[in-house]
Amino acid sequence: MTIVSDAGSEWELVSGLEVHVELASTTKLFCGCPNNFGSEPNTNICPVCLGLPGSLPVLNEVVVEYALRVGEAFHFDVPERSVFHRKNYFYPDMPKDYQVTQYNEPICSRGWLEIDGTRIGILRAHLEEDTGKSTHVGTTGRIHGASHSLVDYNRAGVPLLEIVSDPDIRSSEQAVAYVEELRATLKAIGVSDVKMEEGSLRVDANVSVRRAGSTEFGTRCEIKNLNSLKSLRDAMDYEARRQILLLEEGESVVQETRHWSEVELHTQSMRSKEEAYDYRYFPEPDLVPVAPTAELRAKVRAEMPELPAVRRARLIEEWGVSEKEARTLLGVDGLADYAEAVVALGAPGRDVTLWATQDVLAYLNASNAAVSLLDPATLADVLSMVRDGSISRNQGKDVLAEALAEEKRPRDIVQERGLEQVSDEGALIAAIDAVLAANADAVAEYRAGDDKMRKKKRGFLMGECMKALKGQGNPQLLNPLLDARLEG
Amino acid sequence: MTSAREIAAAVTARERSAREVIDEHLARIDEHDGELHAFNVVIADEARAAAEALDARIAAGEPVGPLAGVPVALKDNLCTRGIPTTCSSRILEGWRPPYDATVVNRLRAAGAIAVGKTNLDEFAMGSSTENSAFGPTRNPRDTTRVPGGSSGGSAAAVAAGFAPLALGSDTGGSIRQPAALCGVVGMKPTYGAVSRYGLIAFASSLDQIGPFAADVTDAALLLEAMWGHDRMDSTSISDDLVPISADLERGVRGLRIGIVEELTDVEGIAADVRAAVERAAGALEAAGAKVERVSVPATVHGLDAYYLIAPAEASSNLARYDGVRYGLRCDDEDVQHMNARTRGEGFGAEVKRRIMLGTYALSAGYYDAYYGQAQRVRTLIIRDFARAYERFDVLLSPTSPTVAFELGAKTADPLAMYLSDVCTIPTNLAGHCAISVPFGVDSELGLPIGVQVLGRELADALIFRVARAIELSVSGA
Ligand SMILES: [Zn+2]
Repeated sequence: MTIVSDAGSEWELVSGLEVHVELASTTKLFCGCPNNFGSEPNTNICPVCLGLPGSLPVLNEVVVEYALRVGEAFHFDVPERSVFHRKNYFYPDMPKDYQVTQYNEPICSRGWLEIDGTRIGILRAHLEEDTGKSTHVGTTGRIHGASHSLVDYNRAGVPLLEIVSDPDIRSSEQAVAYVEELRATLKAIGVSDVKMEEGSLRVDANVSVRRAGSTEFGTRCEIKNLNSLKSLRDAMDYEARRQILLLEEGESVVQETRHWSEVELHTQSMRSKEEAYDYRYFPEPDLVPVAPTAELRAKVRAEMPELPAVRRARLIEEWGVSEKEARTLLGVDGLADYAEAVVALGAPGRDVTLWATQDVLAYLNASNAAVSLLDPATLADVLSMVRDGSISRNQGKDVLAEALAEEKRPRDIVQERGLEQVSDEGALIAAIDAVLAANADAVAEYRAGDDKMRKKKRGFLMGECMKALKGQGNPQLLNPLLDARLEG
Repeated sequence: MTSAREIAAAVTARERSAREVIDEHLARIDEHDGELHAFNVVIADEARAAAEALDARIAAGEPVGPLAGVPVALKDNLCTRGIPTTCSSRILEGWRPPYDATVVNRLRAAGAIAVGKTNLDEFAMGSSTENSAFGPTRNPRDTTRVPGGSSGGSAAAVAAGFAPLALGSDTGGSIRQPAALCGVVGMKPTYGAVSRYGLIAFASSLDQIGPFAADVTDAALLLEAMWGHDRMDSTSISDDLVPISADLERGVRGLRIGIVEELTDVEGIAADVRAAVERAAGALEAAGAKVERVSVPATVHGLDAYYLIAPAEASSNLARYDGVRYGLRCDDEDVQHMNARTRGEGFGAEVKRRIMLGTYALSAGYYDAYYGQAQRVRTLIIRDFARAYERFDVLLSPTSPTVAFELGAKTADPLAMYLSDVCTIPTNLAGHCAISVPFGVDSELGLPIGVQVLGRELADALIFRVARAIELSVSGA
């Protein structure tokens, strides 16, 4: 996508994303500690994740299985063996002062993801351990100027998968779409809860710009602290404009890491972090290479759920919903499963989609209820009554709302409220005949009158019929029957 | 001195109480360790309580393990819950591990009773136990001399009769060399045979815990009590291990034994030491083995490769001693300065030297020339050993080039000190097993000489058998 600068020239943004995903295994990467968010500080720790002298890591096999699922989902090569390395640097968050991570032999390499028909290459996905978390006590909340720091090691050793895309992204919209698709897919395969706000999915964006039509890559900056999709979009747009401005003024872009400020809405250089680190990577001698067995690979393949992209395509095809409707349905946890369960009870897919994404979703949002606890039969029954004319569409909405809120059966509500429409032809004709007989004058006036008079009298007679039917006559049947009787 | 097996038999049969055995050893420690300094800490109260608990179990008719009531000394780089574990370094001062090493648990389950933590070269880096922040250990055979190292405290403890059994760790010879210098048996098992969980790492790919004992039979008993797969150590072997004790007396008839030329017939090996290897070979021939000389060419590069790989791993393993979480902290203006000052004051000179060496060896631009090259040498050593083992069942060499040297003799010359391990290092690089067995004394001073029997991976039972044959030829028992 072309960006037109204030000076009127055309530019293109080039970006690759590094996405850190916390895997949702029950336990940590190398020990048996719970992998929980939000526990009391330093309660989910043991000698291993605290890096105490003498402790040794043991790879969590569930994490390997999760990585294999990711491998399947994004068409990665998963080699026979991958290797953990040590990345050496001092940081108080990091209990061993080295991070166990994968380096030149990652578990997943060369995959891809499709965004609106465009394939975004994924260079690699590798496993690594997360660090602890420091709280700097003092006025600024940052390490400079703090009087002291507190470290919580609950997060230390939590399994991370770092997914590194190729520089194939050409706009901030595409970057957002990429992350959205990544999140939806990771969620669907059950490997992460992908909550950006809790840090279980973190994005760093490499951004450079080049003149439209150029095939060279410009100098890139890495942007950190992107805590939401909005931040990602805003930061990329800001950074692209900043770089374009620099280049148009004849200056050059310095390759560096920049921090996105959500408050000031700009990126700024993290110069203090720009010391040239030498991480002295070497193979982690306390671990053996990761070599997933053929059985594990087969198991993962056999158990792969339907991926969001495939599912969207199927719902569009089978239910006749739009791309947007399908995305809305899949965008809410469990809602598509619920909708499919309703459809399985005989309801038409498109109706189910519309009701699920409007009425059911409104209820869920208002009540904070879990969609997985809803009985699919409730919506199926309501839709069936609307379709067979037992109740009107608007009555259906009321009934559904009450059924969901009160956990009642829709048919009981209809009965209680006496809502059921009279659709029996014999009953309707009997009512009409009685009304016509009792209102012979009006019938005569109708038959003799002009259009205006006919309309008036017909409205009166229709009202009388409805009154006789206590308002429950099915208007779609009642109208033609009345007309036939009046003309007859 | 009473052997471990005799103690266990007597305690199990209620001929002696474990408490009595422990008191006797504690008394000996009390009397002599002031001079020797084999122990960093003696855990008398814990040992007596454990002995009494064991006696109670035996009295109640409960089954007890093969090491019932046997006192054992633990090298002070093995984690012991609630008991100071220092690696003989100031940097771990005051730290009490919240957990026990796997071997400590296994020995306890076998009925052994820990009496204390033994002195070592700081973080097991050294060959004389002089690099201890708490002062050197002296050799019980001649207190003007070193006991060897780094497991000098454990070797001295066994030689002095403080405990019939002791545990050491061997990264480049740290069990075998002090065993040789103190006149006891010391053995490095196949890499992965004994769990490293709870052994404070020096060089992870080389470290291995192993036994010290006064004789081969007791050493076998100790190894059998602690080896085998441990799910807490990813590098632990899951194969079934060949039992040692059952075959110990089978002799060497028909075995093919090779004397490693590069570790025996070279400059720096004392004449008496070489002569001892020849006599041991003669004894084995007399017992029915076939002995020849064999070349294992790449072993000459062992020392060079070792002094890149071990420091490289150490530089990373020792990064965690940063003053943030445990041990020494020297406060300073900010966290980086606190890290630096803590490490500056907490580590001794040899440890700093190796951290610097290792950091350099792993640096960008040097990695391939140093660490990478050392790993290739390691591969060559493994290949050359494999060729030798096509023709030979086990190999033979000196354990240490010399007998015990005087305190201070090599402290000013690190390279001379490093040469102490020239015969033992190749086994660690290959991940193989080797045992040092006492064989005579030198003619001048009457100091013990050790002969080393080397085996390929998982040949642990076999080298024990050969060591037992050598021992028999000396004692005739
Ligand atoms: Zn843990």
